[in-house]
Amino acid sequence: MKLSNVFSRRNRILLRELVITDFKLRYQGSALGYAWSLLKPLFLFAIMYVVFGLLVKLGSIEHYAVYLLLGIVLWTFFAEATNQGMSSIVGRGDLLRKINFPKYIIVLSTTISALINLTLNLIIVAVLMIFNGVEIGASAALLPLYILEIYLFALGLALFLSALNVRYRDTSHIWEIIMQAAFYATPIIYPLAIVVQKSHLAAQLLLLNPVAQAIQDARYVLITKQSITIPTLYNNDYFEIIPIAITIIVFVGGALYFKRNSKRFAENI
Amino acid sequence: MDTKNPQSAVVVENLSKTFKLPHEQASGIKQLVVNKFKGKKGYEVQTVLNDMSFEIKDGEFFGIVGRNGSGKSTLLKMLAGIYTPDTGAIKINGSLTPFIELGVGFNPELTGRENVFLNGALLGFSKKEMEKMYDDIVDFAELEKFMDQKLKNYSSGMQVRLAFSIAIKAESDVLLIDEVLAVGDAAFQRKCFDYFMKLKKEKKTVILVTHDMGAVRQYCDRAIMIDKGRIVHQGKVEKVAQAYQKLFNDELTNTPNKEPDDDKRWGTGKIKGQELKVTVTKDTVTLKSTYLVNEAIDAPVFGFNIYNSRGMNLLEGNTIREKVKTRDLKAKEKVTLTWEFPNVFAADTYSISVSSCDSSVTEYYDWYNEAAYFIVEREGNTAAVIDPPLTVEEVVYS
Repeated sequence: MKLSNVFSRRNRILLRELVITDFKLRYQGSALGYAWSLLKPLFLFAIMYVVFGLLVKLGSIEHYAVYLLLGIVLWTFFAEATNQGMSSIVGRGDLLRKINFPKYIIVLSTTISALINLTLNLIIVAVLMIFNGVEIGASAALLPLYILEIYLFALGLALFLSALNVRYRDTSHIWEIIMQAAFYATPIIYPLAIVVQKSHLAAQLLLLNPVAQAIQDARYVLITKQSITIPTLYNNDYFEIIPIAITIIVFVGGALYFKRNSKRFAENI
Repeated sequence: MDTKNPQSAVVVENLSKTFKLPHEQASGIKQLVVNKFKGKKGYEVQTVLNDMSFEIKDGEFFGIVGRNGSGKSTLLKMLAGIYTPDTGAIKINGSLTPFIELGVGFNPELTGRENVFLNGALLGFSKKEMEKMYDDIVDFAELEKFMDQKLKNYSSGMQVRLAFSIAIKAESDVLLIDEVLAVGDAAFQRKCFDYFMKLKKEKKTVILVTHDMGAVRQYCDRAIMIDKGRIVHQGKVEKVAQAYQKLFNDELTNTPNKEPDDDKRWGTGKIKGQELKVTVTKDTVTLKSTYLVNEAIDAPVFGFNIYNSRGMNLLEGNTIREKVKTRDLKAKEKVTLTWEFPNVFAADTYSISVSSCDSSVTEYYDWYNEAAYFIVEREGNTAAVIDPPLTVEEVVYS
């Protein structure tokens, strides 16, 4: 597979059509339809906010509501891209056995659907930011970079997991558990300051997770300078390279693993 | 691209393929550990294609025939690029569109219109191209009123019509067509065969995978027959078609008489067909059917039907039509009837069903499908159902 073929005309047509189909089918038969992609993270946010913002006060961060919502929205994006991506190849097994086309398009199409949902959700974040009177600075322009980082990390994982899932269907169950743990290992509902108080090292390690780093950085540029990021925790800007390197390694590794296995998807599904 | 021989559309060289067939429950972790421990593999290796080589020329209508399990479908999927070869290579000059199934990617929850665009995208058409063809497709499928309905509300015939209408728009250099295309009612089959004829006239390169020797004889320029993963015959259509029929027949005569299933045989059993002998000469066919009477019966009717390999009912004979009066029969009696008719049949394998019923044709005592087979071999080629001797009496020029 040449790199120039990745976005050949035929592949673009197919990708587009699969994304549209995905989107149409997602909330098929439900009365609220697409609204669910907004409502689900909103409800999660509402629950988290009542529990951790009002009942159990976890530290004091300015604009905690928006801070929390942005974290949840970005995490939901990551979770959706990896989960849907993971089951996408097996889910489209019927198609793979009937016609030959580049398999990665299937994974790509589901992650792009997740990206579209993220865009919609970010509109809600923007609305809440205005209500909360958050000042939007020029640094907000960096947000797409952090989204790109999460996207590449998620895509790499989705490619790896989807190929692994063809061979071992246990993958989806294991990933479910990992994601549960990862949700709490990522500073989404709690401010990272709480961890720093207990163990500086633990906080440093948590931030090496690309999703954690990207979320904290996104909060930093968009909402509050109170968001703890790698430069503040390590006193050294260069450590920011580690999560970025992890992202690149996971992406390249996932893509290579996928490429090596994709030839036999049709016979192994 | 193969520039050495611009004439060849598809070149298959030393193609082999094996599958690992996992033993039952070999996928569990426990079994994985146990197998590792015992040094077992947990799967069996089956060779599906074995060192296969052939070439298809540009503009050729090429047939691939073989029984179920011969490796035909695997070869088809490898030509389509769905499976990758273990060893050997497949070279295709230009683009190839496979039709392993009609309506690939059709989703019951989408409307007919949405499905047209999705299926089109899988065939490589952009939205713009599909928009241009859309009216044509809908016209041809005769589904104008239904396009905004969900596909799940379509009858299966409507789905096939829609899928076929999109499929015939494919414009790749090589078309790979599986026999499943030839499903549907008579009118649809007509359309299919018209389409094949059109492809043939346009000198398209077509690979047709099928059981239907009639279709092979009619459309293909050349064919291969595969059995147990190897090419056993290759070349002229007639030779391959006859080899296939012979294989089929050998199979039939070699299997001992099994107890037929319900589909094959039914009736109240008061009389049962016991023996059927067929004698085929160049000019006549003789049937000798023997029945055993199990219960006393008043003047029964005996009959038979002859079907060709496509299941077409070609000939029907019974004692009412021939105005033969049978007498009342007692239990344990045997009746033998001898029928004779001219052998006008085209080369094919024919099955015979024998039957008996009461004089008012309300109670069937015995209906026995495929009670026997016979084969007709002919020199020369025809796509027609009958092939009687024919002479040109006169040619007048004026």
